[in-house]
Amino acid sequence: MELWFTEHHTEHVNFSLKVKEQLVNRQSDFQHIAVMDTYEFGRILTLDGFLMVTEKDEFIYHDMIVHVPMATNPAIKKVLVIGAGDGGTIRELTRYQSIEQIDMVEIDSMVVDVCREYLPQTACKLDDPRVNIFFEDGLKFIRRRVNEYDLIIVDSTDPFGPGEGLFTKEFYGNCFKALNDTGILVNQHESTFYDEYIEAMKKAHQKLKETFKVAKVYQAHIPTYPSGHWLFGFASKAFDPIDDLQEEKWNALGLKTKYYNTNLHRGSFALPNYVKEQLNEYE
Amino acid sequence: MNYTQQNSPIHEALLRQKKSRIVPFDVPGHKGGRGTPELTEFLGLDCLKVDVNSSKPMDNLIHPVSVIKAAEELAAEAFGAEAAFFMVNGTTAAVQAMIMSTCKAGEKIIIPRNVHRSSINALVVCGAIPVYINPGVNHKLGIPLGMSIDEIKKAIIDNPDAKAIFVNNPTYYGICSNLKEIVALAHQNGMRVLVDEAHGVHFSFGEELPVSAMAAGADMAAASMHKTGGSLTQSSFLLCGKDVDPGYVRQIINLTQTTSGSYLLLSSLDLARKNMMQNGKEIIRKTIALAEYARSEVNNIGGYYAFSSELIDNDTIYDFDRTKLSIHTADIGLAGIEVFDLLRDEYDIQIEFGDIGNILAIITAGDRAFEIERLVSALAEIKRRYQKDKVGMLNHEYLDPVVVLTPQKAFYSDKKQVSLKDSVNHISGEFVMCYPPGIPILAPGERITQDIIDYIIYAKSKGSVLTGPKDMKVERISVVD
Repeated sequence: MELWFTEHHTEHVNFSLKVKEQLVNRQSDFQHIAVMDTYEFGRILTLDGFLMVTEKDEFIYHDMIVHVPMATNPAIKKVLVIGAGDGGTIRELTRYQSIEQIDMVEIDSMVVDVCREYLPQTACKLDDPRVNIFFEDGLKFIRRRVNEYDLIIVDSTDPFGPGEGLFTKEFYGNCFKALNDTGILVNQHESTFYDEYIEAMKKAHQKLKETFKVAKVYQAHIPTYPSGHWLFGFASKAFDPIDDLQEEKWNALGLKTKYYNTNLHRGSFALPNYVKEQLNEYE
Repeated sequence: MNYTQQNSPIHEALLRQKKSRIVPFDVPGHKGGRGTPELTEFLGLDCLKVDVNSSKPMDNLIHPVSVIKAAEELAAEAFGAEAAFFMVNGTTAAVQAMIMSTCKAGEKIIIPRNVHRSSINALVVCGAIPVYINPGVNHKLGIPLGMSIDEIKKAIIDNPDAKAIFVNNPTYYGICSNLKEIVALAHQNGMRVLVDEAHGVHFSFGEELPVSAMAAGADMAAASMHKTGGSLTQSSFLLCGKDVDPGYVRQIINLTQTTSGSYLLLSSLDLARKNMMQNGKEIIRKTIALAEYARSEVNNIGGYYAFSSELIDNDTIYDFDRTKLSIHTADIGLAGIEVFDLLRDEYDIQIEFGDIGNILAIITAGDRAFEIERLVSALAEIKRRYQKDKVGMLNHEYLDPVVVLTPQKAFYSDKKQVSLKDSVNHISGEFVMCYPPGIPILAPGERITQDIIDYIIYAKSKGSVLTGPKDMKVERISVVD
C-alpha cells in the first residue's frame, strides 16, 4: 500500500510526498489541520491541504524571515509575530539574547496545540519567558497598538483563507502605526512563478510601497513551496536592508545558521528579471 | 396539495420541470441555454434551465392558480399578512402598487418627505396629492428621523379627507416610527397605513427587532426581500392586511408589472421565505451580534459615531434596527461620501452608501467576523490618514421643501432648462437626489431655494452621484415655465 499527500500547486501541477503515517486530522473553527510523517521530509503540517512546514526544509523559511531583519537592526528588542503557529519563527527569534519581548498573535489555537505535540522541532521555544501568545485575529490585535514594536513579522498563510486580512492595505497601515520610528515589517510574500499567485504578490508589494518609505522584496529557495522559489517582503520606516546591514555586529553574535549568512543576505535582494518586471508593473 | 412552511412550491415545480425533459417550443428562445453558449457558461447551465416561461405546471404570475398561488399563501402566512404578492419589478413596483391601489388622482396621501423616489414617482403616475410631513431631524447627525405622532395628528386634522398615511419604516439608517400608534390613529380616521418596509424585511423573522408592518396592523407593506431577506436583486413582496381587497391590488399590479415574471426571481423569493422561516431567528441573532461588535469596535476608534438604540426617544426615534451599521463620520472632518469612496478606492471595501455626514454598511448573516475586522481596521486607517478639521462641513441633511404644485402637475407642465445656480425661486420640474440613498433633495413641484442649490453643489463637490435631472451632469435643471 502506498499513501501519498498531494498538494495542487496549480490546477495542472501536483506536488506529492510519500506518507508513512498520518498523525493528525482535525478541523478547527478556521481550517483543516493535518500532520503527517513522510519518508523524505519528515513530519509535515498542512492547513486546508496546503503544506505549511516540513521538518526537512523549515530552516530555510525561518532563517530568512528572522535573520534578515535582525541583521539589519540588531538593536531590535520588541517583536510582534503574526501567525507562526508552528513556532519556528519564535524559535529563531529566541536565539537573540538582546530581544526582550516577543508577542505572538495566532488566530487558531488548535494549530499551536497540534504543533506543540507533534512538531517539537519548531514549537520548542513557545514557552520561552519572553514569549506572550495571543489567540486572536491579527488585524484586530494590531488595531490597538501604537508606536510599540521594533519589528513585526507576518508569518501568514496564503491570502486566500484565514490569512486574507493580512494582505490588505488596512493591515499594512495598522502595522505602520504599531511600529516605532525605526520599525521594520517582514512578511511572507508569496511567489510569482505560477500565474495564479502573481496578482496577490504584486498587490501586496504595491500596498507596502504606498505605506512604507522602504519596501523591498527578497527571495529564498524552499523546495516544498509552489515552484520552490519564494519571496519575502521587507518594509521599513528607516532602515535599508542592504545599506544598513550590520554585517560585523551580526557575525559577532556567533549564531550558527544552516541557510542564512550575511553574504546571502545581500544576494537575496538580487531578484530575477521576470520578478523585477512584475514588481515594476505598478511602479 | 397541502403545503407547509417547509415547502417551496415554485422551486419544487422548477425541479419537477427540469426532470420532465419537456421539449420547449415556447419562449425564452435560449431554450435551456443551448442557444446562448457564452451566457450559459457564465451563469451556469442550472440557472438557464430554470429560466422558463409561464406554463400549466409553472402557473402564471399575472393570474396565479397553482404553485405561485401556493407560494404567495405561504409568504402571506410567513409575514402574518392576509395576502402576499410576488413582485419582480423591484420594491419600487410594490411601493407604487400600494399607493395606486389606495389613492386616485386628486386624492390626498400623508407622507414624510424623506421617502425613496419610488413613492413620489407613484404620485407622478397616479396624480395623488402629497401632504408632506416634516420628519424629525437629528441635528447632530444630520439625518431625517421617523414620523412624530403630533405631526401626524395635525396632518389628519388639517386633511381629514386623506386616504392614507405612508410610513417609511425603518429608514435607511434603521430608525423606526411608532407604527402601532400611527395605525390606530389612521384607522380611527378611516385612513389606510402603507409601509415602505424596504429596509426592514427581516423584522418579520427575528427576535429583539422593531415591530414589523403586518404585526403592527398596517394595511399594506412593501417588503424588499432582496435587501436583507436573501432573495435575488429586484425581487420583492407586497403584503396586504385584512381590509384590503387582494383582487383589486392584483389588477393594479398588473397595470405595470411584466407579464413575463422571471422564475429565477420568483424561486429566489420562495426559497428566501423558506430559509427565513426555518433559520431566521438564528440568522438575525448572528447579524445583530456582528453589528453590535462592529459598532463597539468603531466607537472605540474614536471620532466616528456608530449610533444605535441609545438614540431612542419614544417619538421620532421610536425604535432602532440594530442590524444596521450606521456611522456618523463628520466629526473626523470627512463627509460620509468621502469615507465611502476611500473605503472602495483604497481598501477594496464596498459599503451601501455615504451621504453628507454618515455612512451605512449593511450587515447580514452572510458576513464573517473577518470581513468586519477589515471594515473596522480600514475605518481606523482612514481616520489616521485622512482626518481633517471639520470647519466648513455642511451638516444638514434634510431641507424642508416648499410644495407649490403636485408632483404630477409639475412633471407634466411645460418646462424650460435653466442653469442650476440661477434657478432660485423657480419651481422644479424634476427630481434631484443623491443615489444611493435615493431620497429626493428636490421633487417635481417644489420651490428651489438657495439652501437647496448650495446643498446640491456641496454634495457634488464631495463626490456624491446625483441623479434625477434630464441633464446628466446636473448643471442645468428643468423648471416649470
